[in-house]
Amino acid sequence: MAKTLYEKLFDAHVVHEENGTALIYIDRHLVHEVTSPQAFEGLKLANRKLWRAASILAVPDHNVPTTDRSAGVAGISDPISRLQVQTLDENCATYGVTEFKMNDARQGIVHVIGPEQGATLPGMTVVCGDSHTSTHGAFGALAHGIGTSEVEHVMATQCLVQKRSKTLQVLVEGELGLGVTAKDVALAIIGKIGTAGGNGFAIEFAGSAIRGLSMEGRMTLCNMAIEAGARAGMIAVDEITIDYVKGRPFSPKAELWSAAVAYWRTLHSDPDAKFDTIVSLNAADIQPQVTWGTSPEMVVGIDGRVPSLDMAKNEVQRADWERAYAYMGLEANTAINAINIDKVFIGSCTNSRIEDLRAAAAVAKGKHIAPNIKLALVVPGSGLVKAQAESEGLDKIFIAAGFEWREPGCSMCLAMNADRLEAGERCASTSNRNFEGRQGQGGRTHLVSPQMAAAAALAGHFVDVRTFN
Amino acid sequence: MQAFKQINGLVAPLDRANVDTDAIIPKQFLKSIKRAGFGPNAFDEWRYLDHGEPGMDNSKRKINPDFVLNQPRYQGASVLLTRENFGCGSSREHAPWALEDYGFKVVIAPSYADIFYNNCFKNGMLPIILSPSIVDTLFTQVDASAGYQLDVNLETQTVTTPGGEVYAFEVDAFRKHCLMNGLDDIGLTMQQQDKIKLFEQKHQLAQPWLFN
Ligand code: SF4
Repeated sequence: MAKTLYEKLFDAHVVHEENGTALIYIDRHLVHEVTSPQAFEGLKLANRKLWRAASILAVPDHNVPTTDRSAGVAGISDPISRLQVQTLDENCATYGVTEFKMNDARQGIVHVIGPEQGATLPGMTVVCGDSHTSTHGAFGALAHGIGTSEVEHVMATQCLVQKRSKTLQVLVEGELGLGVTAKDVALAIIGKIGTAGGNGFAIEFAGSAIRGLSMEGRMTLCNMAIEAGARAGMIAVDEITIDYVKGRPFSPKAELWSAAVAYWRTLHSDPDAKFDTIVSLNAADIQPQVTWGTSPEMVVGIDGRVPSLDMAKNEVQRADWERAYAYMGLEANTAINAINIDKVFIGSCTNSRIEDLRAAAAVAKGKHIAPNIKLALVVPGSGLVKAQAESEGLDKIFIAAGFEWREPGCSMCLAMNADRLEAGERCASTSNRNFEGRQGQGGRTHLVSPQMAAAAALAGHFVDVRTFN
Repeated sequence: MQAFKQINGLVAPLDRANVDTDAIIPKQFLKSIKRAGFGPNAFDEWRYLDHGEPGMDNSKRKINPDFVLNQPRYQGASVLLTRENFGCGSSREHAPWALEDYGFKVVIAPSYADIFYNNCFKNGMLPIILSPSIVDTLFTQVDASAGYQLDVNLETQTVTTPGGEVYAFEVDAFRKHCLMNGLDDIGLTMQQQDKIKLFEQKHQLAQPWLFN
């Protein structure tokens, strides 16, 4: 029978299935310091062991400082953050888990380092106590975020209790315009289907525009699947996938490599596979996107305006929009390119990979941030991304343009460390969530692509990067 | 995990769609390495007028009189009534931990984000899905009468209003079984150890590169 990619991946991992509830086997478990301490504690209390320690790769990312790290973990100024990072170090040592510690050159955001190391491979089931685990679906893997109880469950049993999701195919056909990125595609999709549009679904992104994306672009897109409500987003394996995986530290070598590749080439939806729902977008219609509100679905193109209440589809949405205007300090019908900003954040598991930094640097090169910009941060996704960028001189371009060049981590994506917005500050951010308070209490976040964030930093307000120079 | 069968509980209305997990429990409280004690910081940014940090004495903070859960009539509520896509955003289980610690046993909404929905069951909480029009009706009734309580019965899968209307809800049979009996998921899965080992061997033969 013809199967979708999701069905192939799911079926290949079913240990047991009864009355619609399945036990599925987990190949890779990524762990960070925020959602794991209670799981390790649970194991300890119940006197349970890890089922397969080698399946786990751990890294501290949410709490780590992005400034000077020469004093190591002891130098983390917030004692509660420090304790959380220390707890991860201790748990990994006790249980024999591979961890890239804070000052390891390979440390970085969990969703950046997994693929970078080849720890994420096509055909895998990947979980992490983090909703943006959907990122790893870019490799033709079944990847989703889980809660801490499930983290503990996977640690103890290598399995997860799952029900099958419905399948949604998002087809993007045609060619993206110059200056239009995977981030814009992601936001345009969410604008179309809403943040609950993917609830209960596993999304497969397909179509010529998706096949045309690099692996990094595909990761950006799958990363945002959760913002559309889908726990998992995925893309079929092709040559681009295989090329990316080749030669990475955890990737298969020698004769295992050819066997793996032969299997990976089967990881696509069969031509006559049936999806529960299909949504189509035309790539040529997608403009650089900017969110205006407090949910990623509150988004318009750069030449758009903050929508007015009469455009809301119902009472509930109208109330939502009114609250968003108030929180964001914006009025209906304001032109997006007339919105001034205070801070800029280029980073997060959505947009902190080398291509993102190259694209932002290309915009910033030889220019300077506008006088009204209080802070413009560039936070690479990992130590290896940082080193690569430095070898290309990108750090110098950013610094000369007035940006700060930081150490890798989650940083101002969720402001658990010292990087944050103050109340009322407005930020152009390449992260994935513009929720109230996400980047700091009272902070106002507008989600954009790296190019658009860099252009906004130079102009002091949002501008169309396609015509900006 | 505590078992859940039936409650008769005071209802608190939170009339917003897309309430995200950052709102339910802001990130600064995620630094805790414990599972308990998040209740006083549930909805922290809406609930207090000042900025909350872990370790503060919450009883000394200024509460926001305009936030609905702070109204005297909703103190002691165990049923949270809210709008669609509740619990969207991060996978943090701190969100259900905070709601549970606050005192909620039941959430009623037209829809939930998947991860949050799942996390509720792991913590002895019942997320109930009712149609938008029924949820609307409940909002009107809660607003109209102080001390409004709902009877929630997991066994019969019904919600009964003080006026005697009975609304049926769906719940997955396995989740219901676990919740009614307070079963520990890990213990249940461990009973299938042999199957897992067998699968693992087969899987390793087929894809040896996964076990390097
Ligand atoms: S970068 Fe942001 S979204 Fe990504 S894992 Fe870190 S906190 Fe979560």
